[in-house]
Amino acid sequence: MAGQFEPAEAGGAAIALDEVEISILRSLTVQLLELIGPGTEPAEPPRPETPPGEGAKGDSMEEELAGIEAVSWPSFADGPSEPPSDPVLARLFPDAYGPGPGPGPSPEAEPGSDEAARARHDRGASAEFRRYTENDLRARKREDGLAVVRSLDALTPGDRGAVLTLGPEESRRWLGTLNDLRLALGTRLEVSDDSDDELYSLPDSDERKPLVMAYLWLGSLQETLVETLTP
Amino acid sequence: MGPVSVATPMEIERPETSEEPVEVPEPDVPWVTVVHNDPVNLMSYVTYVFQAYFGYSKEKAKKLMLDVHHKGRAIVSSGTREEMERDVQAMHSYGLWATLTQDR
Repeated sequence: MAGQFEPAEAGGAAIALDEVEISILRSLTVQLLELIGPGTEPAEPPRPETPPGEGAKGDSMEEELAGIEAVSWPSFADGPSEPPSDPVLARLFPDAYGPGPGPGPSPEAEPGSDEAARARHDRGASAEFRRYTENDLRARKREDGLAVVRSLDALTPGDRGAVLTLGPEESRRWLGTLNDLRLALGTRLEVSDDSDDELYSLPDSDERKPLVMAYLWLGSLQETLVETLTP
Repeated sequence: MGPVSVATPMEIERPETSEEPVEVPEPDVPWVTVVHNDPVNLMSYVTYVFQAYFGYSKEKAKKLMLDVHHKGRAIVSSGTREEMERDVQAMHSYGLWATLTQDR
């Protein structure tokens, strides 16, 4: 997995990918798309209608993707007001008001204290913000992910793989999705500033090892893609 | 567009305000967008976002990124509450962890 993005003509970027890499990228992106879902809770995209007895359990990625693409989600609907319970979604769609990451206000904050009042205010403002922004945010992330899947599907890898060439707009969509994927994997792996050493020297037997490898690989893809976009 | 503006009744005269308002309202306390450090986002990517979205120079973007990295957070923009909500939403769409707060 030594591939990296290089600048291409007209502000684009290009990378050589082999079949395995294409398959990993596609699989991770489809998982991300399924997680992001339609934009309103519950995140359960309706399936396209299938004849009885057919495809009832056939959850191939093609079918899942078709399900995501086939549905047009109402953009006028209010978004949710509560943060997502899934840690990855909570990271992708954080509260807009409040102290940010890290320990929030202590639960023992005196009722009626300034701290408690502020936390209450932040919760209300975050809920309001979420109601009118989260659907758009989900839609945008979904469109970026779908663009990534489409560009991968357009490749016809031969024995030596294929060269993916992106225009500037596609590059930006890829950059967003690569970042979302790293946020998703990083959250699942509980990457922190101090955990790095342990995570990066896992024995092969550790079940997290493949995810860590993917996480690091995505990091090098993103790093080299950023370089092609940075003036 | 020409005919439209020509048709605008130019003869309407606004009543002259002869008196200056006695009290100038206090300007609102500005709001700020704060970006928080996180262990996943690449330093080069955060710098890129500050350049691409805010149009900051590479030097300024890099300095803000380093502030986020070393101090845990940095104020990246300031303005009205509505403007800061736009900035926070944009930061979230880039995957950066941002909040807005009133600067006091």
